[in-house]
Amino acid sequence: MFNYLEYIREKNFPHIWCAGCGDGIVLKAILRAIEKSGISLDETVMVSGIGCSSRTPGYVDMNTLHTTHGRAIPFATGVKHGNPKLNVIVITGDGDATAIGGNHLIHAARRNIDITVLLYNNYIYGMTGGQCSPTTPTGSRAATAPFGNIEPPFNTSGLAIAAGASFVARADVYNVANCEKMIAMALAKKGFSLVEILTPCPTAFGRRNKMASPVKLMEWLRDNAVPAAKWKKMTEEERRGRMETGVLMDVDKPEYTAEYEKLVTSLRTGK
Amino acid sequence: MSNDHSGRIRMMQGNEACAEGALVAGCRFFAGYPITPSTEVAEHLSVKFPKIGGRFIQMEDEIAAMGAIIGASLTGMKSLTATSGPGFSLKQENIGYACMAEVPCVIINVMRGGPSTGMPTLPAQMDVQQARWGTHGDHGIIVLSASSAQESYEQTIRAFNLAEKYMTPVILLLDEIVGHTTEKVIIPDESKIEIVNRRKPAEKPKDYLPYRETEDCIPTLAPFGTGYRYNVTGLCHNETGFPTNDNKIIGKLVHRLVKKIVMHADDIIEVKKTMLDDAEIGIFAYGSVSRSARSAVLKCREMGIKAGLLEPKVLWPFPKKEVLAMARKVKAIIVPELNMGQMAREVELASRCAVPVHKLGRVDGNPIDPREIVDMIKGVV
Repeated sequence: MFNYLEYIREKNFPHIWCAGCGDGIVLKAILRAIEKSGISLDETVMVSGIGCSSRTPGYVDMNTLHTTHGRAIPFATGVKHGNPKLNVIVITGDGDATAIGGNHLIHAARRNIDITVLLYNNYIYGMTGGQCSPTTPTGSRAATAPFGNIEPPFNTSGLAIAAGASFVARADVYNVANCEKMIAMALAKKGFSLVEILTPCPTAFGRRNKMASPVKLMEWLRDNAVPAAKWKKMTEEERRGRMETGVLMDVDKPEYTAEYEKLVTSLRTGK
Repeated sequence: MSNDHSGRIRMMQGNEACAEGALVAGCRFFAGYPITPSTEVAEHLSVKFPKIGGRFIQMEDEIAAMGAIIGASLTGMKSLTATSGPGFSLKQENIGYACMAEVPCVIINVMRGGPSTGMPTLPAQMDVQQARWGTHGDHGIIVLSASSAQESYEQTIRAFNLAEKYMTPVILLLDEIVGHTTEKVIIPDESKIEIVNRRKPAEKPKDYLPYRETEDCIPTLAPFGTGYRYNVTGLCHNETGFPTNDNKIIGKLVHRLVKKIVMHADDIIEVKKTMLDDAEIGIFAYGSVSRSARSAVLKCREMGIKAGLLEPKVLWPFPKKEVLAMARKVKAIIVPELNMGQMAREVELASRCAVPVHKLGRVDGNPIDPREIVDMIKGVV
């Protein structure tokens, strides 16, 4: 039996997440993946921005840094560049990472700095009460899209791939085993890694979109988040409105802090 | 590191002197974004840091640069960023974070005129109130000023010392004239320079409270990765560093953040006085303008007018006592500055109507000529 108590700050529970929220499922997947990866809690820093997902660090027993809205990645960049020996994990959400923090996301991916970004995508600004985010599907209702969202959504994983990330995966909280596996792979990757984790928000998203019951949203994930093997066999028609899960990008390329260290060594030795 | 030029005389511009001062202070992390007229600070450190194992990074924007230096500081690195007016506006969000989370770092702002992009290449002092109140919420802040390359060097070292001592962001304000004027800097022997490093926790990790209540109101933050696993947040928090909604604890925290600076004001504040003992006209001036003011004092003395100069080396906390002491001795105070009276307002408040305070503000990108100050003094006399 996995002992979660070894990894959490028990006194900070109960957590703030609503009933039916998927964030607790992600938290457990992260902890199991951390155990699997064998990284030391003393040498791990978890950095987050603002939003429901960004409350995760408060519950885990490591060095934790809860920053300003959208800015987790720059703070994490400072931590990693300041002490490259530290394992740096960023917890962020769709609003935090792709709206206010979008610029930081693409540049950290381009730089290929060795941090792992776990992006909880619940398609909505949950903490502020359900306003539409850059990933809210077109037509979905939100507190600030009462007649349905007229904007197209971001393909978040696609954005990270295009910007140059070494490792990009998509996972969801219905398929928990895959979620844990993708996080473990991201933690093991040297370079910028991102896992987009689809997670339900019945309170702020589901309620407005005829999926108020957490079960409904879980069923939606079951039917629409498609493992890569199955995705490959699907027709274009079947793929429409669905998302591929699993590893979307995995490539080895020069990592930022290692390249900086090379520069330091070459200047010092004259080689 | 810089033993090779200790005790030497060097020609440097103010921006380069800041970079050299940072090196001596023990700064080993710089994150920034290019902006005139401060860019030379970044350029200089991009050359120096890789050679000594220091960390330089050019970030995607000013906000990110401010975030990165806070992150680096939490790993124990003395961290610096440099910017100018519009960039300083962008940094305010995370300057507030550094105030709230009590993370030491230094921000150099080589001021330009505004509002908006304003005057990138011309001198101004329009950020002196932004430095105090730019970030939202009640907070204490330390803001230093430099009027020469020599002072840029010395004040950068002091900025780091104060940041580390009081666990707070410290802002150093230069203006374009100071940043870009190349002049003599005497670099003292490193053994004679006082360097302050932040406190380390004395207790074991299990007994550690990052924001423990102490008499001096200063927290002790262990560098990440040293076995002290704690939480840092921009939300109102308790002694453990975790967010709280307890009104008593919130009230105490905000009071302490302000008190931390106020109660140590005598240690922080520094002023320089020139011919002020017998002065009948007092001048209050800082940055490049204080050089014009010094010249004006000498000209006035030649003419038989007893003028004197009070130069604040620390703008915030404001040197209230020193200004009041001057106000009680002189017949009038002149405040020349490259804005429309941002510090004159503080001088008026601090002098408690003891004497008239005359503003001499320029906002057209021209420096203030000593003759303008002399003319105003003649008019007042």
